[in-house]
Amino acid sequence: MSWYLIAPILVPMTTAVLAILLWNHRPAQRAVSAAGAALHLVTAILLMAQVWQGGILAGQMGGWPAPFGITLVADHLSAVMVLITGIMGLGVGLYSLSDINEDRERNGFHPLYHVLLTGVTGAFITGDLFNLYVWFEVMLIASFALLALGAEKEQLDGAIKYAVINVVATVMFLIAVGILYGLTGTLNMADLAVRLPQVEQQGLVTTVAILFMITFGIKSAVFPLFFWLPASYHTPAVAVSAIFAGLLTKVGVYALVRTFTLIFTGDVAYTHTALLVVAGLTMVTGVLGAAAQNEIRRILSFHIISQIGYMVMGLALYTPLGLIGAVFYLVHHIIVKTNLFLVAGVAKRLTGSMELKKIGGLYKASPLLAVLFLIPALSLAGIPPLSGFWAKLVLIRASLEIGSYAIAATAILVGLLTMFSMTKIWGEAFWKPHPGGDIRVLGISDLTAKERVLLIGPIVVFAAMTVAIGLWTQPFLDLATRASAELLAPAPYIEAVLGPSGAQHAGAQP
Amino acid sequence: METLMAFTLGFMAAGSVYLLLSHNLVRVLFGLILLSNAANFVIFAAGGMTEGLPPLIAPGAKGLTGVYSNPLPQALILTAIVISFGLLAFALVLVYRGYQELGTVDSDRMRLAEPPHPDQDIPEPEEPRRPQVRDASHRVGNIREPVGREPAGSDAS
Repeated sequence: MSWYLIAPILVPMTTAVLAILLWNHRPAQRAVSAAGAALHLVTAILLMAQVWQGGILAGQMGGWPAPFGITLVADHLSAVMVLITGIMGLGVGLYSLSDINEDRERNGFHPLYHVLLTGVTGAFITGDLFNLYVWFEVMLIASFALLALGAEKEQLDGAIKYAVINVVATVMFLIAVGILYGLTGTLNMADLAVRLPQVEQQGLVTTVAILFMITFGIKSAVFPLFFWLPASYHTPAVAVSAIFAGLLTKVGVYALVRTFTLIFTGDVAYTHTALLVVAGLTMVTGVLGAAAQNEIRRILSFHIISQIGYMVMGLALYTPLGLIGAVFYLVHHIIVKTNLFLVAGVAKRLTGSMELKKIGGLYKASPLLAVLFLIPALSLAGIPPLSGFWAKLVLIRASLEIGSYAIAATAILVGLLTMFSMTKIWGEAFWKPHPGGDIRVLGISDLTAKERVLLIGPIVVFAAMTVAIGLWTQPFLDLATRASAELLAPAPYIEAVLGPSGAQHAGAQP
Repeated sequence: METLMAFTLGFMAAGSVYLLLSHNLVRVLFGLILLSNAANFVIFAAGGMTEGLPPLIAPGAKGLTGVYSNPLPQALILTAIVISFGLLAFALVLVYRGYQELGTVDSDRMRLAEPPHPDQDIPEPEEPRRPQVRDASHRVGNIREPVGREPAGSDAS
């Protein structure tokens, strides 16, 4: 059993337990939380290094052989997602030390945060559908509590809508898992990949595939199942919505990518065409929704939706280049989106609001923050040489390659509209004078030294990462290429999980 | 047996959808409970139903042989029950807390996170306090309004 696989799950879990034990000792709890996040990042780096050198890593919990026990498995996609979770976990964890108020800390912010990281990491590493369901639930219950933490009226309203729709999604997931088990007698993903083609009722398999598509579609907020996201993501504390924006919907996308490259590849013409249509509509509705908003975090929430469209588009194209684009986009978007929410938090700290009509003058007060906003904003819109440009370029080339001109045009158009709503934030919050007249907007220099390190530090690091990915693209493209190759040719994955004789393995009958 | 189960499941799912579409969040909660139970039965039925055959290994044997009832779906359901119980308990508390803060369990009147568009016809402006029983008769299709306020009484009991 490889420790590299278990450590990234075990570390945040232990940190959460320690944080609960230190419930009444705030300083100690904060220290444990930060240290735990740092250690989580270290384990994630180790896992990534291991996978980069040795290829797919698989382990069986409790030593039960593959189709019977629970499998943990990390290929390049899983490893890179865990790595990015570690980076975001540490960055937002540090930010939260300054952003989350004492009241919320007393009500258990730190334990919940690490439970959330546990769930997200677990969902990325597991190789078993029922186990995936369990990790989704771990993540979900933590996110419910984080969303409602503080119990402001808006938060409760958002949390109720978020909770109800997400519970419905999980129940559908459970139903789909149940039917799939009835069809094949296994829930191990690699085993399913082997057995599903042998199932006689292929129509029913497609039905189950659509059920999974809807389930993960709700989780990842694609058209037309996205409405819960802009209703809830702008209500909690900034650090919470930043980590949600970065990671939660991406777990849904990851699950979509995993299941629709490994398991449900029987009727690509039907399922992936449906995904392509969904992707296009998601992009357009998201960006149009954003154009109508006047609150920074609501604009950004709608942008999450439209960007999800790009990732699903990469998956739906189902070509090597398309999947490279999807993986690249996933990573780029997590960094950029989290960063934008963090910047929005600082903007609120400096001006007192996130309503565009009520604020202004940020550029004059702190040009540095303006630059730090522009980097992720332009990257999101796809301006070269930032990371978003390469991600979009790869996707558009992939769609042109197979002649899907409509989706390529949509992608370009949505990029332009994204630019438009970013200039809206820029113009209103940064450029125009403050509507309060002589009210002096605070600058970064007005923050205390500690706040500067904790609030601005992560933003600078994330912005640097965006620029770095843009300027030294090749290593990241190599990584995405490896991940995409593994996704399109799942034989090594299956062999890593089931062993060399895996394909002939006969498991339990239902 | 499977056929009967399938019909039961269908009715449960239909009932839960009906409840989920309600404005009243208490009904929505009931819908969720019904739906998650339906899901458990789906797994149970999908795992194959055998009557009177326990999932026990005979003395001396090394595994289950012949026709037996599959223990795995039951293990899955057990996990699912525990998880959904936790989620639903949280959802119940959330709705109750929402009722305390927002003074309503009508999802249409909870428009704080997403303020209604000026053109939209949302019934009466939000008033963040405990509701008095007011004349709601001018609101079309809202005859059942007092039912939504039931928890005010039940919370004392």
